[in-house]
Amino acid sequence: MSEGLSNKRLVGRLLMLVVAMFGFGFLLVPIYDVMCQAFGINGKTDKAAFVGEAGAVDTSRTLRVQFIATNAEGMQWSFGPVAHELSLHPGETHEMRFVAHNPTERPMIAQAIPSVAPSKAAAYFHKTECFCFTQQMLQPGERIEMPVRFIVDPAVPADVRRLTLSYTIFDVTERMAGDFDLAAAPTN
Amino acid sequence: MSAVIDHHADHAHGPAKGLMRWVLTTNHKDIGSMYLWFSFAMFLMGGTMAMVIRAELFQPGLQLVAPEFFNQMTTMQGLIMVFGAVMPAFVGLANWMIPMMIGAPDMALPRMNNFSFWLLPAAFGLLASTLLMEGGGPNFGWTFYAPLSTTYAPPSVTFFIFAIHLAGISSIMGAINIVATILNLRAPGMTLMKMPLFVWTWLITAFLLVAVMPVLAGVVTMMLMDIHFGTSFFNAAGGGDPVMFQHIFWFFGHPEVYIMILPAFGAVSMIIPAFARKPLFGYTSMVYATAAIAFLSFVVWAHHMFTVGIPLTGELFFMYATMLIAVPTGVKVFNWVSTMWRGSLTFEAPMLFSIAFVILFTIGGFSGLMLAIAPADFQYHDTYFVVAHFHYVLVPGAIFGIFASAYYWLPKWTGHMYDEVLAKTHFWMSFIGMNLAFFPMHFIGLAGMPRRIPDYNMMFANFNMVSSVGAFMFGATQLLFLFIVIKCIKGGPKAAAKPWEGAEGLEWTVPSPAPYHTFTTPPEVK
Repeated sequence: MSEGLSNKRLVGRLLMLVVAMFGFGFLLVPIYDVMCQAFGINGKTDKAAFVGEAGAVDTSRTLRVQFIATNAEGMQWSFGPVAHELSLHPGETHEMRFVAHNPTERPMIAQAIPSVAPSKAAAYFHKTECFCFTQQMLQPGERIEMPVRFIVDPAVPADVRRLTLSYTIFDVTERMAGDFDLAAAPTN
Repeated sequence: MSAVIDHHADHAHGPAKGLMRWVLTTNHKDIGSMYLWFSFAMFLMGGTMAMVIRAELFQPGLQLVAPEFFNQMTTMQGLIMVFGAVMPAFVGLANWMIPMMIGAPDMALPRMNNFSFWLLPAAFGLLASTLLMEGGGPNFGWTFYAPLSTTYAPPSVTFFIFAIHLAGISSIMGAINIVATILNLRAPGMTLMKMPLFVWTWLITAFLLVAVMPVLAGVVTMMLMDIHFGTSFFNAAGGGDPVMFQHIFWFFGHPEVYIMILPAFGAVSMIIPAFARKPLFGYTSMVYATAAIAFLSFVVWAHHMFTVGIPLTGELFFMYATMLIAVPTGVKVFNWVSTMWRGSLTFEAPMLFSIAFVILFTIGGFSGLMLAIAPADFQYHDTYFVVAHFHYVLVPGAIFGIFASAYYWLPKWTGHMYDEVLAKTHFWMSFIGMNLAFFPMHFIGLAGMPRRIPDYNMMFANFNMVSSVGAFMFGATQLLFLFIVIKCIKGGPKAAAKPWEGAEGLEWTVPSPAPYHTFTTPPEVK
């Protein structure tokens, strides 16, 4: 068949499609994040401090906020909130402290990853300050209290009466060793 | 043909001699044969692993193999059957038959054809070698969900990743070759809507392959980077997300299941009219139904992951989109049945496999519809019901389609008729064995037996024993198939150019066995 594309051009176009689809596979990564954020799914909260204005305090509603802490597999720190639950009105700023303790003989770096349930409430849970925005390094035996300050937006759907903020703490010592000066740490 | 020889007297016309013929060949028939033999070898290898699985599950409790090895068996059996047996078998059929069906002298890119075949032994040699490595082979299921396949994987996972890369490159090159052949090498007068359906379904399959195999390559590359280069695509500690792995994997994985079935649709659409002695009912609707299935396959992937916690709207969308696939598939099933309606049916082995294909694939389709119902899927998810479903669409679907094709075209390939009595024995043993093996899995799945576990509750014991007996029967029967094929190559009644009374198509206009070079002068298609 003489009409149509020559073999060379046809193969060229198909190879372009192959390369484009390989790229598309990687493009799915940001698309996934954008979709999660746009539809408020997956319980993902903002990765940086909230700076906007939440609405006025709505005293007509009372929400219960629960706090959960989990260690990722192989993480040896003890980690947990000082209280398991708070009652609050939407729009109020509250603070909860989490305690982390490194019982090991070596300095370790940790990263906490937050998640909010129900996931549709994640977009209304604003953290003005959170230890999860950075990594924490603890010396052997060291214990710290870490604050998270947050506002539940008054626009949160009416059927949300209880929120759960969950943190999973991961050992990122190897991954982050370059960014922290582990050697300078005093050892006991 | 003689005119051609006069013009090109300096060309080698027969095959070269010795081993190098197979290493260096660019002949579509040689490469097609190599693909078919390779896929059969992989079928036996994967089948052996399936036998290990069924032997372990013959009775409750741990008998034969350690649980770690059992995990490697389920994983490798899936990978080898999908990427090593079914896909190369269809590429082999495409190599042999597409040029002969469209009146082309060979594939459009014969040297690339050789390379895409020879990547496969490398890929699967690499994959099989992982079983001997420290820590064992892949043990995370053929779907290799992260972080099981990254953080918790055995060290051999890197070799698994490269094996997938090689097999993927091979598939992509094979697909590009098939598209180029179909679009550029059709004989004069062979318009697109005159192409045999096997050619049509392969054209659409090839586009699916070109579109999704790179995504598979992408996802294993991300795994490689997570494991070795400290990235966090699927690692929550670094801001990644393991659920995203499943989205990307199934974006590839769902079109992949249609890649494994569409060519079988095409082959059956040619075999049923031949033995019903009637033209195919609804040719045009078959083409459009295939295209519709291929299109829909891109928008249903999340039905594999209803239980990961996707929002209600998502579940509804993927549920309805999945059910929509039943419409074009139903069109096909009705067309096949209508083709047989009031036909002058005879029941030679290819027809038996094709009829079994229609019936059993439909059963697999119905259990697929059950799985598509999102709320019900919460019960079925990860149970033996899922195993029953996909084996019903893949064994009597893809594999019976391949058997039907093999018996249908064996006379053309070898020049001899196969032994019909043995072939019918092969059919009935496969049919009974396969149903014995997989039908009880529906029940034990609904009762809650989980997939990929080497031990089970006593209450599943009887059904599992029946399953195992059926599986051994099906497995042993495939050695009979090997014997039938070898016997047919060695000899048998001479096959006419058109051994099947009702067969249509250009491949039956050349002598049997097909000469090494066919259609060096394009035929005229009216």
